[in-house]
Amino acid sequence: MCTMIAMKAAVDGAARGQSGWFKLTQTAVGYDHATHTAAEHALLIDFQNPAMGPSARVAVEMNIASGKAFIEQLQAAIEAAEKSGVAE
Amino acid sequence: MADSWNSFNTASPAAITAGPVTFKAGGGDEINAYVARPEGNGPFPGVVLVHHMPGWDELYQEFARRLANHGYNVIAPNYYFRYGHGTPDDVTATVRADGGVADDSVVADSEAALNWLKALPTSNGKVGIMGTCSGGRHAVLSASRVKGFNAVADLWGGGVVMPADQLTPKRPVAPIDLTADLDAPILGLFGNDDQAPTPDQVNQHEAALKAAGKNYEFHRYDGAGHAFFYYDRGAYRWEQAMDGWAKIFAFFEKNLKG
Repeated sequence: MCTMIAMKAAVDGAARGQSGWFKLTQTAVGYDHATHTAAEHALLIDFQNPAMGPSARVAVEMNIASGKAFIEQLQAAIEAAEKSGVAE
Repeated sequence: MADSWNSFNTASPAAITAGPVTFKAGGGDEINAYVARPEGNGPFPGVVLVHHMPGWDELYQEFARRLANHGYNVIAPNYYFRYGHGTPDDVTATVRADGGVADDSVVADSEAALNWLKALPTSNGKVGIMGTCSGGRHAVLSASRVKGFNAVADLWGGGVVMPADQLTPKRPVAPIDLTADLDAPILGLFGNDDQAPTPDQVNQHEAALKAAGKNYEFHRYDGAGHAFFYYDRGAYRWEQAMDGWAKIFAFFEKNLKG
């Protein structure tokens, strides 16, 4: 850990990883050394199921501007969904 | 300074043995490690390699072999072993989500690795410790808390200097505050464009070593930032990296082979 910026949340859903779909129980967001983007640091977003081991993971790396765009998109979709009155 | 790269005689290139082993680490846990050792009877000095935040990865396997090629018994413990297995990226993500590996866990594994190296029949009795990134911090921390290391190489270790608000139950002490306990000579390599550690933090660490009367040598590189040895990243700076490797070999030769 170099930046010490890391947080996680318990969630309920499904994610598609290396071995197909798995039950999603945790999201983790960090800002630290990127491993696959060219930048030195990036938002590191993981969709995980720790009980299934480290490989139960969908990984995303993006820069901060992309993260902000993604949040706006997600927020707008959630607001529209709630406004629609369509139940989950 | 003698060249470390391509300095072998073509009549007798180094032979090494390398691969994974398991060993009894902190808390008596059996964990895996990557070991690279020169062939022959020695005696050889040892080096504990402390991997970086991105994990127990291929880069560290190559570091181990490079040191072994130059006459060192090397063990690179998998400090993330207890988090399970997968690709290094996947395991690192698990560790990151958990807030990082605890300092106590790292120090205990480093101590076990030190003892493992000293027990080798080819050991000359001297052992150094080296790490990059968080591994640089962990190398300084381990050598400050465990007696018996004969040299420390800290390569751009972030978090040696830690503001109080960065201390956590897993990282309760800033390594700089243990400077009085560090008995081994320390080599520091840093890029002046680094953000963790910043040049100011490097200066603070050097000042603490000086004030405590410690044996240290710090080298700062212009045109380099964090991770300038990593040829798989854009951060790679070949001139600074080659000079840095030469300084590591000179430092270890002086403190571990003599």
